[in-house]
Amino acid sequence: MRLFLGSCFTLILAAAIGLGATWVTLTRGVAFGAMTIGAWTAWPKSGSVDIDPYARATIARTGELPIGTGDGVAFYARTDDAGNALDGRCTFVVSGMTPAARYWTLTLYDAQGRLVANTTDRHGFTSAEILREAAGRFAISVGPRARPGNWLPSGGIEQFVLVWRLYDTPIGVASLTTKEGPMPAVSRKSCS
Amino acid sequence: MIRLSLWILGALLLGGIVHLSTVLAMPQAATQDAYSRLAKLTPVNAAVPLTAPSAQDTTMPFMDPAFAVAVCRYDLSSGAIKLSAPLSQAYTSVTFYTRKSVAYYAINDRAAGRRAIELDLMTPEQHAQVPEEEDVTAADRLIIESPTTTGLIVLRALAPEPSLMAMARRALAGTQCRIEPVPQ
Repeated sequence: MRLFLGSCFTLILAAAIGLGATWVTLTRGVAFGAMTIGAWTAWPKSGSVDIDPYARATIARTGELPIGTGDGVAFYARTDDAGNALDGRCTFVVSGMTPAARYWTLTLYDAQGRLVANTTDRHGFTSAEILREAAGRFAISVGPRARPGNWLPSGGIEQFVLVWRLYDTPIGVASLTTKEGPMPAVSRKSCS
Repeated sequence: MIRLSLWILGALLLGGIVHLSTVLAMPQAATQDAYSRLAKLTPVNAAVPLTAPSAQDTTMPFMDPAFAVAVCRYDLSSGAIKLSAPLSQAYTSVTFYTRKSVAYYAINDRAAGRRAIELDLMTPEQHAQVPEEEDVTAADRLIIESPTTTGLIVLRALAPEPSLMAMARRALAGTQCRIEPVPQ
């Protein structure tokens, strides 16, 4: 009887541990070979045949197509530089310079990767349309209310994700060092 | 007490095996992966444009809204694929994915270096059957080997400004993706 109870207990606990760990790793998007610069994280290997089993399982579950290594690299930010979650009710400023790339795009999504509805129908910026300051630096305000200059509306949603995609870039192909930066800084300004 | 900790240790080991096997099995079990989503929307061996992602509707999560996208869902079982993609003015790329969404090859307009991206996609077996002299005469033909018989070719053309989206979509509309029966 004790043996039977013990093995039942073990099997149930094993199933809970195993499935729980799978659920946590796949919903958090765990993958190896992460390259983190400030608030931004990219997984350059996910765009090649060297993709690891965790990233494979994640993209199979979400249905997304990772950007190919010969095409570019995608950096994801879910927090600002200080670690505050990207809350659509707050205003954040993304500013600075970008690493070398022929083109880049910045896009705002909700946590599931959908675009966020807004009145101006703006979901991001490309390197060609951004307004820049004298030295090539730029600042983008991301928030619920309209701002002068580059304004990216966040629609007031609870949690958003910023994705910075660099196209035709040497980043991630040749090297995996964080010295490649600088990626733009992300900082929280005010919350309503 | 010792008995209980042994049971727990056993559960931890078994749980680790369950975890690893479910992660490895996920790509086989997934019903909402990119290929399955596109199978409902696209024909086989033809390039078709995808609708632009919007807040209401997105074919796949995390699509870049600055790009016009066309997809050729291929099946190489009856022959090789000949792909010809005209270049848009700004930036064009072609990425090849396996049936399980692994990007195994990507090329952009600058790497292609001509007015169009032209290449042949075939299985390793079909590549082995290509006569050698043909390989030499057609030296400028780029041949890609697909690790799986089915998969996705995704063509992306950048619209640097929203007003240029129509131009990018027009450029992609000229894409040709067709099957070439294997010569017997």
